[in-house]
Amino acid sequence: MTSWPGLVLRGVILALVVALVTVPEAFRPVFAPVAPTPQQAIYTRTSILSLAMSHLALVAIACAAATIVAVTLAIAVSRPGGAAFRPLSRTIANVGQTFPPVAVLALAVPALGFGSGPTLVALFLYGLLPVFENAMTAFATLPKTTLDAARGMGLTRAQRLWQVELPLALPVILTGVRLSVVISLGTATIGSTVAASTLGEVIIAGLLTNNTAFVLQGGLIVGLFAVLIYDAFVLLEVWLARRTGRATTR
Amino acid sequence: MIEIDALTKIYGETRAVDAVSMTVETSSITAIVGTSGSGKTTLLRMVNRLVEPSSGEVRINGERTADMAPYKLRRRIGYAIQGHGLFPHHSVGRNIGAVPRLLGWSKKDIRARVDELLELFGMEPDAFRDRFPHELSGGQQQRVGVARALASRPDLMLMDEPFGALDPIIRARAQEDLRRIQRQLGSTIMLVTHDMDEAIRLGDRVAVMDGGKLVQYAPPEEIVSRPASDFVAEMVGDNERPIRLLALIPVADAMEEGNAEGPAVAATASLRDALAMGLWSARDALPVERDGEVVGRVTMDAIRARAERPE
Ligand SMILES: Nc1ncnc2c1ncn2[C@@H]1O[C@H](COP(=O)(O)OP(=O)(O)O)[C@@H](O)[C@H]1O
Ligand SMILES: [Mg+2]
Repeated sequence: MTSWPGLVLRGVILALVVALVTVPEAFRPVFAPVAPTPQQAIYTRTSILSLAMSHLALVAIACAAATIVAVTLAIAVSRPGGAAFRPLSRTIANVGQTFPPVAVLALAVPALGFGSGPTLVALFLYGLLPVFENAMTAFATLPKTTLDAARGMGLTRAQRLWQVELPLALPVILTGVRLSVVISLGTATIGSTVAASTLGEVIIAGLLTNNTAFVLQGGLIVGLFAVLIYDAFVLLEVWLARRTGRATTR
Repeated sequence: MIEIDALTKIYGETRAVDAVSMTVETSSITAIVGTSGSGKTTLLRMVNRLVEPSSGEVRINGERTADMAPYKLRRRIGYAIQGHGLFPHHSVGRNIGAVPRLLGWSKKDIRARVDELLELFGMEPDAFRDRFPHELSGGQQQRVGVARALASRPDLMLMDEPFGALDPIIRARAQEDLRRIQRQLGSTIMLVTHDMDEAIRLGDRVAVMDGGKLVQYAPPEEIVSRPASDFVAEMVGDNERPIRLLALIPVADAMEEGNAEGPAVAATASLRDALAMGLWSARDALPVERDGEVVGRVTMDAIRARAERPE
């Protein structure tokens, strides 16, 4: 996992994405062959750095909110008293997922206006399901004898939740967060159609002007972000799972 | 002293535990034995209120458990189960120190207690304290589970088939360890098992359960020699009864004056061991030794007399 070639590859990808974001001009020769004119090889209307930062911030905020809500919900319905709500909450989360993102944006604009608001709502809704499903699985598969021992030793409900259930569920929950983050990174690009500032702006500008260079530039950065973040989550999950002696989950 | 008074648990139509009354003396082991589904686990779990009784009550040193907050009650009662139930994300030291930490002991006291218990269970503290449960063998995990249940010096320790998952050799060692440690610490233990051998070996008193009812509650000798019902007799096993009886009697009890030929048997060994030695070497009497000196002899006739059905 943390072999030398792996480390080198990660370093190269990280350096590449940092360079793409901070000194886009340096890549003019790379994108020029697919641009209509050499002047249009690099997107310059807005700073790529600020677009990238706001893209990441939107994803981070939406996923953090989705994680908190989904995990709280999963905790609630995995208590004995919440069992009755389990099928219902699953259905709601699933229906949320089948709604096309564009429709969510279209519906949210009248309520929230143009800008980041509708995008945050869409990302939040799309982030819920993977985290919720994984958290449900995590809570349902906790080792029974450990929970029984925890209760038998006199841990209160809250102590069992914070000291035993959540730490043991964490690696599986993180798998859900990882999926949700990767989905959001891609979905956020559509947000620029309703004037959220994301890297989608670069891609859409390219599509509107038939400029493959812009599409490639925006797509490459989003893709590399996804690769790096996915990888970081996997490393964290493996480390946590190894610490608790569970088989590695992927 | 633990008093169990007409304790009953009803699930729908099933009387899982049916009006069980018994008294457990301080510093003794009570082994609860019975077939699967006879209500052993339910009985045990009503003591620390993991299961709420349908009726009846439990008193610990005169205090009604029904009057205490369940989590506080449980912190006073050790709990060890089959499959150990260790916290996989906590080190051995943190696992053992769990209840003392809940009770607010100082870090120094917890650490001293953890090391003391690891020593007691034959696990080098420096080598084991910081390991995680998955880095231990099954037998070691089980010992840590029992050590954890003992950590806060509880008034009472409940054990539900604690050795059920161990292979026979490790299991026998775990039983010996438990007996030794219980004697040393003076712990009060209620232990559930489905294995009559284990119950007879470990119990100062044996409680036999059948269909939710307590059918006999007596010292092991009495369970073996005077089973209260056909069910108890069957649990003990007809063919094994004389041997089981001999296993409970120390050689010293059947010793007489006189000499005998050949290697000696220890006065603290059981008559079963003496019988085996006598049969194997075809002798009618064996010398008995204590602290390396011959103090008398035990005859095969004397052994046979002790194995006969009591009238
Ligand atoms: N939570 C429960 N709900 C319904 N029935 C139960 C429950 N727990 C135990 N029982 C029933 O009570 C009886 C005794 O079970 P248990 O105490 O686990 O027996 P043992 O430990 O001796 O095998 C069994 O018939 C079992 O099916
Ligand atoms: Mg049981």
